[in-house]
Amino acid sequence: MSILITRDTTFIIQGITGREAVNVTRECLDYGSKIVGGVTPGRAGREVYGVPVYDTVAQIASKTRVDGSIITVPAPFARDAAFEAIEAGIKTMVIVTERIPRGDVAQMVELAKLRAARIIGPNCLGIISPGEAKMGGLGGRAEDARKAFSKGPIGVMSRSGGMTTEICNTLTAAGLGQSTAVSIGGDAIIGSTYAELMPLFDADEETKGIVIYSEPGGPMEADLARYVKEEKSRLPIVAFMAGRFMDEMPGMRFGHAGTIVEGKADTAAEKIQRLEEAGITVAERIEDIPALLKKRLA
Amino acid sequence: MRFYEFESKALLAKQGLPLPAVSRVAGTPAEAGAIAREIAGPVVLKSQVLTGGRMKAGGVLFADSPDECESAAEKILKLEINGHAPRGVLVEGRAPVAQEYYAGVIYDVLAKLPVMIFSDMGGIDIEEVAEKHPQHIAKLHFSTILPPSDFRAKELVSSLGISGSELNRLTRIVAQLARSFTQYSLTLAEINPLARLEDGSFICLDAHVDMEAEARDRQQAILEELGIGPDETRQARPPTPFEIRGAQIDAVDHRGVAGNVVEFDGDLGLVIGAGGGSLTLFDAIRRHGGKPANYCEIGGNPSVSKTCELTKLILSKTGVRKIAVMMNVVSNTRVDIVARGVIKGVIESGYDPAHKIAIFRIPGSWEQDGFKILSKYGVEYCDRSVSMFDAAGRAVAKMQQA
Amino acid sequence: MGLFIEVQVAPEASSKPAVVKKLVEVCPVNIFGEREDGGLDIIESNVDECTLCELCLDATEPGAVRVIKLYDQGQALERSA
Repeated sequence: MSILITRDTTFIIQGITGREAVNVTRECLDYGSKIVGGVTPGRAGREVYGVPVYDTVAQIASKTRVDGSIITVPAPFARDAAFEAIEAGIKTMVIVTERIPRGDVAQMVELAKLRAARIIGPNCLGIISPGEAKMGGLGGRAEDARKAFSKGPIGVMSRSGGMTTEICNTLTAAGLGQSTAVSIGGDAIIGSTYAELMPLFDADEETKGIVIYSEPGGPMEADLARYVKEEKSRLPIVAFMAGRFMDEMPGMRFGHAGTIVEGKADTAAEKIQRLEEAGITVAERIEDIPALLKKRLA
Repeated sequence: MRFYEFESKALLAKQGLPLPAVSRVAGTPAEAGAIAREIAGPVVLKSQVLTGGRMKAGGVLFADSPDECESAAEKILKLEINGHAPRGVLVEGRAPVAQEYYAGVIYDVLAKLPVMIFSDMGGIDIEEVAEKHPQHIAKLHFSTILPPSDFRAKELVSSLGISGSELNRLTRIVAQLARSFTQYSLTLAEINPLARLEDGSFICLDAHVDMEAEARDRQQAILEELGIGPDETRQARPPTPFEIRGAQIDAVDHRGVAGNVVEFDGDLGLVIGAGGGSLTLFDAIRRHGGKPANYCEIGGNPSVSKTCELTKLILSKTGVRKIAVMMNVVSNTRVDIVARGVIKGVIESGYDPAHKIAIFRIPGSWEQDGFKILSKYGVEYCDRSVSMFDAAGRAVAKMQQA
Repeated sequence: MGLFIEVQVAPEASSKPAVVKKLVEVCPVNIFGEREDGGLDIIESNVDECTLCELCLDATEPGAVRVIKLYDQGQALERSA
């Protein structure tokens, strides 16, 4: 199995007529995903690669089962779009939009929690369960995604969308396929952290090991270390930490919005130490990940 | 983005938070003296800088007369703190303080909610209080869906055993702080110290707020009111002309991103992306002993002209000998479009791409066309079988040969 | 002609105002412009932005437009009649 999405997952795309959304629609359809509709207010009646466009989410949800939604609307409209999806009863939202103010994200996440829904992102490229479906831009065109991602026993979680593909490509080349890869988003507040997705991977029989891509900034890695210790995860984890150079320049912002180092606990060095203390292997280079993982799996 | 103390106070005053009766910024010693004459009593002078450690560095002085105030202002205005020149000196009256408190609001990114923090031990670093006197600190999350409510502030303050009129006055202040936090898209709002005067009234002696950069558009009205221009990035150090030019290149064209250009003093120019890829590659260059001339993040499939202009900017930087063009396996950014932009930029700068581009490592979308372009111009490139780390190593090796 | 791309439009097509309008409309990177007399203007500064989307080929008669990859031994994208 995989986590979060399978070939049977039905989803919609909010903002489907936008330039990037049109590409994502095509990529996902070509990969085998089931897109049951799209929403762009005022554009009802149009089609995008055969996917019917509606004015509201409720118009789709009232007549068919909708498991998820990809939200790719401009930042000022993202909160409303997420509210609309949650209130229509959708349980898995992938929020692609970048640069959404933190307060808006907090509101979306709080409402999702109240409605027992899950948000992936914002500022992410979505989810892929290789050979099953993809929900978002991960891997790009279907033919490119098939090159980089392959089905197998490794769960991947990454704060960088691009590095999700890079890491899975490296795993694939080494014969290690992936159960599900999740681009969790690069913002300070995200819907689903490593520690929040771990129980899903722990419960998935197909998954035998985990790779995470992490960055300076925020307490998410420390929280994963806590989860691993307290919940006694069965899964070996290999982590890669980018942005070590940032330790020398506190307060500067590089990479994603979530990377800004605000205190000592946020630095790469400190996080590496926390992860290692919890028994997580930290790779020095991306290309070292497959061998380290195989050792842990043996 | 960080605000100066005087801006922080002006922003908090809009929600009704109490400030000293006179609290004004002077740009010259004479202006400072005039403010002191108006106050007609003992004053405090505080350097307006966007960095901490102001007290230790001598950026806060006291004066009992307008003449003393002028000479203190002269000292402060000349004093650089951690490389930051002051924006001015804030002059305020001094009143007898009965007790100091701390009030702050930040996001708890794991709980994904804002959290109010309160202590009856103000005036010192809140981390120190948390560590040494945990019984003197209280924290309480509050909803982002319900309006920031007084009752939460009341629960917070009363949890430290405070009651009577002190409780009611503090409740109001903490709730106002929480409302400011929400209303102005802040990521930090802090009053430290918050002082209770001998007459029982409260004033904010020092305040510090950070506004989220993502909310600048939404908060344009207040930014304009405070006189904070769109070109003020408020990073840990002010942007260099090179960085300002980089931001302009990114802003001219909405197609894709060529952003976050940051200047370093090395000789290897970097055209790298995207967010996570740039961090990984910058580390890799340094691990191999390379000296980057800049950091940047291209992504979102920038136009040929945008990449071209970025390349020209990097090549125009003094000391740049070659550039390395590298990204993780790309999905929506196109290899051929980046290759065109970079090669065009090198040629328009008057150089030979085969010589000037140390390595091109961007595999992924449209790579066949990209590799054909690179071959034609004799540029060394590699596909996904070469890791980002090894590609960085090849670039650094070329710098050492040259 | 750009550094990487050359766009050729047959004179029969570029002299028809309807074709010119269509080309201006479909190109996502504004390679085509309309002159005051209704004739076709190829905006040289945009030619290298061509994304090889082929929308201009789809919008016109076969043979009317050729998009040439100057970096690929002059290989052309075109629709044959």
